[in-house]
Amino acid sequence: MSGGAVAGAVAGDEHGTGSAWASVARAGFLRSAAPWRAAGYLLVTGVSGLLLCAGLLLSAVVAGALAAVLVGVPLAAALGLAGLPTAAWERRLVRYLDGGRVANPHRVPERPGLAAWLRLRYREQATWRELGFALLAAFVLWPIDLAVVGCVLAVPGYLVAALPLLVLDGEQVNVLKVVEVHSAVLAALLGLAGLLLLPLLAYPVAVVAAARASLVRLVLAPGGREQRIGELVRSRARLVDAFEAERRRIERDLHDGAQQRLVALTMALGLARLDAPADGPLVARLAAAQREAGEVLAELRELINGIHPQVLTDHGLPEACGDAADRSPIPVTTGFDLPGRLPAPVESAGYFVVTEALANIAKHSGASTASVEGRYAEGWLTVEVADDGRGGADPERGTGLTGLADRIAVVDGTLTVSSPPGGPTLVRVEIPCTPIDGRGV
Amino acid sequence: MSGPTAEGLRLVVAEDGVLLREGLVDLLARFGHRVVAAVGDAGALCAAVEDHRPDLVVTDVRMPPGQTDEGLRAALVLRERTPGLPVLVLSQYVQRSYAARLLDAGDGTGVGYLLKDRIGQVEEFVAAVGTVAAGGTVVDPEVVRQLLRRRRDPLERLTPREREVLALMAEGRSNAAICRALVVSDAAVGKHIGNILMKLDLPPAEETHRRVLAVLEFLRA
Repeated sequence: MSGGAVAGAVAGDEHGTGSAWASVARAGFLRSAAPWRAAGYLLVTGVSGLLLCAGLLLSAVVAGALAAVLVGVPLAAALGLAGLPTAAWERRLVRYLDGGRVANPHRVPERPGLAAWLRLRYREQATWRELGFALLAAFVLWPIDLAVVGCVLAVPGYLVAALPLLVLDGEQVNVLKVVEVHSAVLAALLGLAGLLLLPLLAYPVAVVAAARASLVRLVLAPGGREQRIGELVRSRARLVDAFEAERRRIERDLHDGAQQRLVALTMALGLARLDAPADGPLVARLAAAQREAGEVLAELRELINGIHPQVLTDHGLPEACGDAADRSPIPVTTGFDLPGRLPAPVESAGYFVVTEALANIAKHSGASTASVEGRYAEGWLTVEVADDGRGGADPERGTGLTGLADRIAVVDGTLTVSSPPGGPTLVRVEIPCTPIDGRGV
Repeated sequence: MSGPTAEGLRLVVAEDGVLLREGLVDLLARFGHRVVAAVGDAGALCAAVEDHRPDLVVTDVRMPPGQTDEGLRAALVLRERTPGLPVLVLSQYVQRSYAARLLDAGDGTGVGYLLKDRIGQVEEFVAAVGTVAAGGTVVDPEVVRQLLRRRRDPLERLTPREREVLALMAEGRSNAAICRALVVSDAAVGKHIGNILMKLDLPPAEETHRRVLAVLEFLRA
């Protein structure tokens, strides 16, 4: 029953309902509806396969004939998607057979519209797997399905029918065109054998149906692990996007709220100072209050910049990195050669790598200078942060660099750290991206 | 520009925070200036300048609808349309790139970049308004401090003292104010400024213009 294990691992994970294999092994198999379902399943797949075969051949002929007038070309291209409805139908049939859901391997297009849908479908591996399965179902599987169902119903049917036919004929009857039967006793015995055979033949039917369902699961269900990993990667990207949006929201709230009000407060204090008698103690008190408010403003500004640097949104990666370099306690040179603005998640990932790397350099490297270099070539942004420190940075230790690697992984980039003992350290991040037409660059 | 004086300027103020906008109007009125239009976004700013032809524009960097640096970009557009229109930009950002954009557009005269914190220092703020309206250059001390931490080539040649002097120049201070701030003689400041101009390879020209060029050199990335 190793097949059951495979089928279970591939698709039985969504519901507890197992595969058709399990139903064969169950004690009450013959009394259950399973044999009838199996026979019905094979009958339907057989007939639909036959129809599919006819439909495909017809479409191919029409497409071929029309190719001369170019109308056939889009039709032929559409044939490439023939696997989609076939696969949807097959997945539904499997569910009818054993109740186990076969997940849809297709992704939902990110944008609405037919063009986006087509682009996604033609790029998906699942589409081509489904087309392969449709061809298999149309030209190989349906004869097998119909043959099995046919045999299973026909053999016991003929055997049982032997006695009535003999009675009608009176002379002899050819059972299954092989055995000539003359005596009613033999015919009755054959009829009995047919009745006994019927439940026995339920087993091969169920096994063939289960095998077919397993094939459907193998080919038409999402590629198990990979699909799940893909889903995890996407969900992680969504989480990071959500965090990013939340940071922006907090930054905006602080900017529009607390920061504005504090500015208004210092202004009010400044005006009050003008009104206060110049020689009284009030002036000094007001000045002290204003100093305090000013310091809070400066702290708030630092805080807001740490949450989300507006300079990154407004002016892009080179300027934001230039600012990070300005803030570094050791001298940092920067050099960027980019064709324009890059997508916000890419800029953000690159920026945070630079700030984290500069913070590490200042804290641990003992370097006297550092450099930040960025360039764009052939679809990749490369940013390198180098120092002349003592090296020995270990990406495995410390959460800073690991956190960076996670951040970069979300945008499909890579982070490499070269830091031999004795130095120097080079942190390189590479992210695939396409420049966008930035505003006001 | 019909020779604006420190008193009685006609201003257009653009700031999206109502509290602050009203406060600025009051504050400027107190010092004898007249705010001819107080607006809340970049589009209205451009329209108001078109209508009123003010002596000075005071604008916030970040404004609706985009909540990015729309105010700053509007200021650049305005200066392109009306060369020499004095613009004082109020900002929450110490980042060099904002100030540099402003100072790089045009010849760098009659522009100011101040953090909003500075509005509270009412007299200094109003003095800065006067300096910018008179064609001077004013950069927030905090931004200047940020710049000083950066070591860049032409400035490497300056002595620490000369850099101090240059930083004060960038803040829009006069020679006399620099003398007071550093507690040195007028002659000493003159000598420092001469050295700075020489070391930055600035062409001989009218003194004020060379001072502005030195400040621009200082601010450039």
